[in-house]
Amino acid sequence: MTPTDNPLESFDIDYAPALESTAVIDIADSYGHFINGVFVEPSSGVTFPTVNPATETHLADIADGSPEDVDRAVTAARTAFEGPWGQMTGSERGRYLFRIARQLQERSREFAVLETMDGGKPIKESRDLDLPLSAAWFFYYAGWTDKLEYAFPNRTVAPHGVVGQIVPWNFPLMMAAWKLAPALAAGNTVVLKPAETTPLTALLLADVLCDVDLPPGVVNIVTGAGGTGAAIVDHPGIDKLAFTGSTEVGKTIQRVASTRRIPLTLELGGKAAHIVFEDSAFDQAVEGVVTGIYSNQGHVCCAGSRLLVEESIAEHFVERVRRRISTLRLGNPLDKNTDVGAINSADQLQRITDMVATGVAEGADLYQPECELPDKGFWFPPTVFTGVQQSHTVAREEIFGPVLTVQTFRTAEEAVEKANNTPYGLSAGIWTEKGSKILWMAEKLRAGVVWANTYNRFDPASPFGGYKESGFGREGGLHGLAPYLREQTSDAGGSA
Amino acid sequence: MMNSTAFLPTTDGGSVRTTPVDAVALEARAAALCTRSIKTTSKRAALHTTIRCIDLTTLEGIDTPGKVASLCQKAIRPDPANPTIPSVAAVCVYPEMVEHAVTSVSGTTVVVASVAGAFPAGMSTPAVRVADIADAVGRGAGEIDIVLNRSAFMSGDLRRAYDEIVAAKEACGTAHLKVILETGELGSYEQVRRASMLAMAAGADFIKTSTGKIPKAATHPMVLNMAEAIRDYADQTGVIVGLKGAGGIRTAKQAWHHLVIVGETLGSDWLTPERFRLGASSLLNDVLMQIQKLDTGHYSGPNYVTVD
Amino acid sequence: MAEHIPVDKTFKLFIGGTFPRSESGRTFQIHSADGDLLANAAKASRKDLREAVKAARGAQADWAGRTAYNRGQVLYRVAEVMESRRAEFISVLTDMGQTAHSVRAEVDRSIDRWVWYAGWADKLHHVLGTVNPVAGPYFNFTFPEPTGVVVVAAPDDPPLLGLLSRIAPVIISGNTAVVTTGGPSALAAVTLAEVLATSDVPGGVVNVLTGDKAELLPWALGHMDVNSVDLTGEPNGLDDEAVATAADNVKRIVRSDPVGASPYMIGDFLEMKTVWHPIGR
Repeated sequence: MTPTDNPLESFDIDYAPALESTAVIDIADSYGHFINGVFVEPSSGVTFPTVNPATETHLADIADGSPEDVDRAVTAARTAFEGPWGQMTGSERGRYLFRIARQLQERSREFAVLETMDGGKPIKESRDLDLPLSAAWFFYYAGWTDKLEYAFPNRTVAPHGVVGQIVPWNFPLMMAAWKLAPALAAGNTVVLKPAETTPLTALLLADVLCDVDLPPGVVNIVTGAGGTGAAIVDHPGIDKLAFTGSTEVGKTIQRVASTRRIPLTLELGGKAAHIVFEDSAFDQAVEGVVTGIYSNQGHVCCAGSRLLVEESIAEHFVERVRRRISTLRLGNPLDKNTDVGAINSADQLQRITDMVATGVAEGADLYQPECELPDKGFWFPPTVFTGVQQSHTVAREEIFGPVLTVQTFRTAEEAVEKANNTPYGLSAGIWTEKGSKILWMAEKLRAGVVWANTYNRFDPASPFGGYKESGFGREGGLHGLAPYLREQTSDAGGSA
Repeated sequence: MMNSTAFLPTTDGGSVRTTPVDAVALEARAAALCTRSIKTTSKRAALHTTIRCIDLTTLEGIDTPGKVASLCQKAIRPDPANPTIPSVAAVCVYPEMVEHAVTSVSGTTVVVASVAGAFPAGMSTPAVRVADIADAVGRGAGEIDIVLNRSAFMSGDLRRAYDEIVAAKEACGTAHLKVILETGELGSYEQVRRASMLAMAAGADFIKTSTGKIPKAATHPMVLNMAEAIRDYADQTGVIVGLKGAGGIRTAKQAWHHLVIVGETLGSDWLTPERFRLGASSLLNDVLMQIQKLDTGHYSGPNYVTVD
Repeated sequence: MAEHIPVDKTFKLFIGGTFPRSESGRTFQIHSADGDLLANAAKASRKDLREAVKAARGAQADWAGRTAYNRGQVLYRVAEVMESRRAEFISVLTDMGQTAHSVRAEVDRSIDRWVWYAGWADKLHHVLGTVNPVAGPYFNFTFPEPTGVVVVAAPDDPPLLGLLSRIAPVIISGNTAVVTTGGPSALAAVTLAEVLATSDVPGGVVNVLTGDKAELLPWALGHMDVNSVDLTGEPNGLDDEAVATAADNVKRIVRSDPVGASPYMIGDFLEMKTVWHPIGR
């Protein structure tokens, strides 16, 4: 007799929650600022909450940094620069950076869970992208500390001194790593302000800095919002500024920094064209376009938010994109099977919602797959707009959410023209199997990063940064080290 | 000479296009699919589905009626101690063994598949290949697994490779035809994509990765590649072709990842023996041991599953 | 209770990640500065060299195929393990007659030197590679690749710093090495081999042959599957004729500074590949 198995006869690809455990982390009720190697009480006593955007639960109270707090931090950084840090050899500095890198590797699970809870991104992204890249950035720059004479041949270079760094909420720890590693490698000391909605991994990093015995004052972390950032930008003790965030705030910072005549690097917004030719590897292009905009919920400055697809394949391609996004799993970011997590904040959710409404009002065609959104938390389904004109708001302004606009082109020139027709210039993507076309397009595109047959690839050895209103300066590689050094002139103080 | 985006004729007078494949992106997608986490309550269903999709295979020069009888018993009732375990989909044997297999599985749901057409190299004349197929069908095989003529394919004679499959399909009559691409020999994912489209256009009911006779076999990216080809073919023609992974699939975990790849690329309704098979021999016992772990909570061992 | 009688170590060769004795069965004696017998070290033969070259060749494609980041990580881990075995390195060098102060200094410098080279893995391309502005619509770039299998004649002095200063620049870029050492650096070399065997270094990437350099090197210089020979630690008594046989397969012969360090020393063991591709629709 043949055995039967009725209840088990059909099998659905149905992944139920595979939750990463939160037992590994320990969040305090409240945090002060990390100044001169210790956590200190904030001067004003004003705090604000940080919440888990997937559940809206309160995680901790965060100190709102006042000008007094910033001043303390800058003073501590200056003392450290003129003291132990400034007097260390490159190899010695490198040793600390290697230790930080190692600790990030060792505690990577803890940091990844915390990052997901504080910011809303899927755990598989914080685990597989944010943490490994953060550690790698420290490893890479650790190796440059004692090789500067080869990095900049025939130039005697020296650090600036105290560097002010303001980082955003979309890759909180990773952006801190991108900023801290080259700054410290070059011999500067730092005052860092994490974004107000995502301070927790920077505050946990402070623990690591203590564990590796980094001399006090070398890195200082002051939490807060726009006001705290302004206090850093305005502080006369800051020798160089680095900012990653919106173009709007970047322009404000540039106005202040230029009147103060201090060096500045900016990594701002983008509205990248993702260009797909008929002669592309079709299935991989679909996948590349989808991950290029829906990874990290589209909270990515270099997101491929404008699909430009060759007209001869447009209908089929867009149909396949729609089909693919209907299999994206949106939900609890701590679930290892989640593809799309929570929107970072209520404010950002409102911005995205408003922009999408504008898109509809201006006449574009909206598509969203059926998507069950959880009751609590901030969520937005993956969205595609077709019937989009170059003049539509959704095609011109950065949405910073999971929204893709679609336009077509007939020739490579037309694609380039549409791609470049924007004040932004951070990144672009090209899908074609023809090598010479890739190189031709890469030459013509006004973007700081061009990805061909791939997208959203980052590496500490690869310079990243924008053209035009997407900012200036580069992070990663040799070009990412240069902004943190100045040519040493004969009457400059400080040691090399 | 055909390039990557050229047209291939279908047997009903239409045509299909193939597409280039980017290896790095394909492999990254396969790796991402392999990070999917399985739900404990779904594990049993996944394991049962795996068993129901297995073609239990023996293709050795030393195969005898006794070996085949033993294999068939295992195929019908994989775990004598557990009657809820389903039968596998099919047994797969050489033409000489078909009649013995047919006798052994008579009255059960297990189908007899036969390799035929100068397996595994396919290096015989078209007439001999067709005769071999007709012979196996005549002996009672319900499914025929042939190889793509790689010599013709790799030397650019796509017309011959195509025509041989058309002829094979005709010789099969009502038996279903699987075409083995021998992916490990074709040199690139893009070539495999092209071969997949060619085989489907020529009338294959199933496309299959490997003969199991060379080391490079059914990797996850390769199965993904072929699943994408099948999806593309269905989009272009409306015709559903099945997928069989074979060679190197030894553990339940590997099988599970293949289920995810096929399920996410083609949909859950592909996870059925009518559209999906795994050609394997030692896989079955690993799956049984996983089921035993679900039942008892303890890791099992080879003494608790039978050899066939 | 009887006093603990120490278990004496046997100093064997290090080939393909394992520690075989010489196939010839030969050993040579290493004495301390006081004249005590420190070890009967294995004395490598030309057949050992042959096997070492095979192991190095077998490991080379995989080692070169790793990402630069990964090679840097592996070398950094070696430094971690060396650090944890400082005492042993110090003891080995002290036995050979150095003063305590200079021994500590040498061990410190050696570990620092190794870490310095580890950090070059993912940076040497910035310094040694180029994009070339050719006069035509072509994208043209030059990038370095490892030459392959390198035989290194380790300097006798300083025994540890010289050894590490010559091995690190060879392997960091993806070459594999067969290291020949004489008496003075033999113990340091075997201790290093033990460190390598317990780090993440794949077997065959570094092979260590203790023995008589002047006897072994002619075989290395004439071996047609060796790409380069580093003669920085050239022994006395090495025949000019032997060095001339290197020309039979156009080996890259390197003579460098035993204690210096520079990315250009990495460059000594690299080939430069230039690629052209048209730019156009």
